[in-house]
Amino acid sequence: MLSDWVSFGYLISAVLFVFGLKKLGHPRTAPRGNQYGMMGMAVAVITTIIDMHFLPDGIVGWTIIIAGLATGSLIGFIMAKRVEMTGMPELVALFNGFGGAASALVALSETWKWVENTSPEPGLATTVTVVAAGLSALVGWMTLTGSLLAMYKLKGGIEVFGKWIRTPTWGPTWLNPVKGFLFISVISLIYLSINDPTNTDYIWGIIAISCILGIALVLPIGGADMPVVVSLLNSLSGIAAAFTGFIFGNNVLIVAGSLVGASGLILTTIMCKAMNRQLIDVLFKSFGGSEKQELTRTKMGSDAEEVAMMADGAQKIIIVPGYGMAVSQCQHQVKEFADLMKERFDTEVKYAIHPVAGRMPGHMNVLLAEANVPYEQLIEMDEINSEFSECDMAIVIGANDTCNPAARTGEGPLAGMPIIAADQARTVVIIKRSLSVGYAGVDNDLFYEDKTMMLFGDGKVMMTKLNNAIKEL
Amino acid sequence: MTPELLIGSITLFVLSIFLGVELITKVPAMLHTPLMSGANAISGISVVGALLGANVAYDGGNTVVSGILAFVALVLAMINVVGGFAVTDRMLKMIAGKKRGA
Repeated sequence: MLSDWVSFGYLISAVLFVFGLKKLGHPRTAPRGNQYGMMGMAVAVITTIIDMHFLPDGIVGWTIIIAGLATGSLIGFIMAKRVEMTGMPELVALFNGFGGAASALVALSETWKWVENTSPEPGLATTVTVVAAGLSALVGWMTLTGSLLAMYKLKGGIEVFGKWIRTPTWGPTWLNPVKGFLFISVISLIYLSINDPTNTDYIWGIIAISCILGIALVLPIGGADMPVVVSLLNSLSGIAAAFTGFIFGNNVLIVAGSLVGASGLILTTIMCKAMNRQLIDVLFKSFGGSEKQELTRTKMGSDAEEVAMMADGAQKIIIVPGYGMAVSQCQHQVKEFADLMKERFDTEVKYAIHPVAGRMPGHMNVLLAEANVPYEQLIEMDEINSEFSECDMAIVIGANDTCNPAARTGEGPLAGMPIIAADQARTVVIIKRSLSVGYAGVDNDLFYEDKTMMLFGDGKVMMTKLNNAIKEL
Repeated sequence: MTPELLIGSITLFVLSIFLGVELITKVPAMLHTPLMSGANAISGISVVGALLGANVAYDGGNTVVSGILAFVALVLAMINVVGGFAVTDRMLKMIAGKKRGA
């Protein structure tokens, strides 16, 4: 029978996913890896549709199914095309939440068939379905609420009736045992449902507690740790899909879900390592991002002409981009500056990329690549830090925490985070709207040093002024 | 589900986790976000479950609520899949694409 061979398609799909993930980890092959992922997904969807065609009743919900596929594809495509480069981390978090919700809804849909029809016969099949659906709900709903909160944390706040409300970061130590208690309650409810699968109180209970758990998990986390949390939630949404696979006994769901779950967890630890943090600390020790240090010092601002004079004849300049460059979209002006310096003084210009500069890893690479900055000029932190002592000028554009020497003291929220050694340059120019603290809420000594020149203002405005001043030299 | 099928599924689950752990070793920082985003799109595989669940007659019969739930899941999963791959593609074109051209 042909129908027995249909699930062979799932094997092809799983193999494509394995190659896709593997290739996504290397710069040269990454675009190919993404295409493999797409192909794998297409094969999985087509296989499922063919598989359903061989069911005793065939495909009874044709119109609904096609409508669902088309609507989702269209919305997803438009969202992905429209998003600004600065908004990408939020979008990834949102998509991730949708993925978790989808798995949880599929699980709910399957158990709801019992509620609508008749209670199932007790037995292994029922137990497996109840446990799998319960775990899928736990992880899936948690992923949804956690990702939504993470999205608003990355945005910095939410607009309600025209008022901007900052997303809070709050995590007293007693929250950790509460999380443990909530987790155990969900597991108990799943256990109770085994003997009473159509009890809707249990079902709503599992959903409600899982949603709260997701919020409790993300609420204490803030600052530069956000990408790590999104990555962890991504891993969880994979696990949710794998649990859903157990409901249907569907191989591709189990394989793809657990692949994403495991590789996502590894990626999460790699990201932690890049920031010199432990995953456990990120999750269970509050970052303290909500307590902002009071500013007690002031610093005179400089103007673009002064900076241009200092830059006159410089042999080597290192640009340190941060979130401010992303917000003001001044990467083109930055590139123009580098070209001007090269042209007029034959200055060597390089870019120092902190692993978590901006709001996601690789954020700066994306933006500078958009402005056609040659790839070889983007240097990762570890490689470029030794070069600052021999550079004439470091220009920090809208970055704060990633070059805050307070990280070296081993105290405070930034303790232990590796930083860009911009303070070792002969002159430091900082383009920033004010002296205000960064995401971590720590004042930056670098701003007040004598060799530091502050250019107060929007990145794009100040870079344009600086470029004009250079032209007039 | 029979015991043999369950054991088979658990075997698959455990082995895939090991494979996933081995798959990712050293990833340069600039690829962290695209990799996360691409893997996220793959986790939209729950679209397969949503398809199976949404396959009910929407004639007001006694599975219509579960059908609707699965339909919502189908839409969300497709947003995750299509949006996820598209946004990853956009990011990679800017990071890795330029490098190949250089």
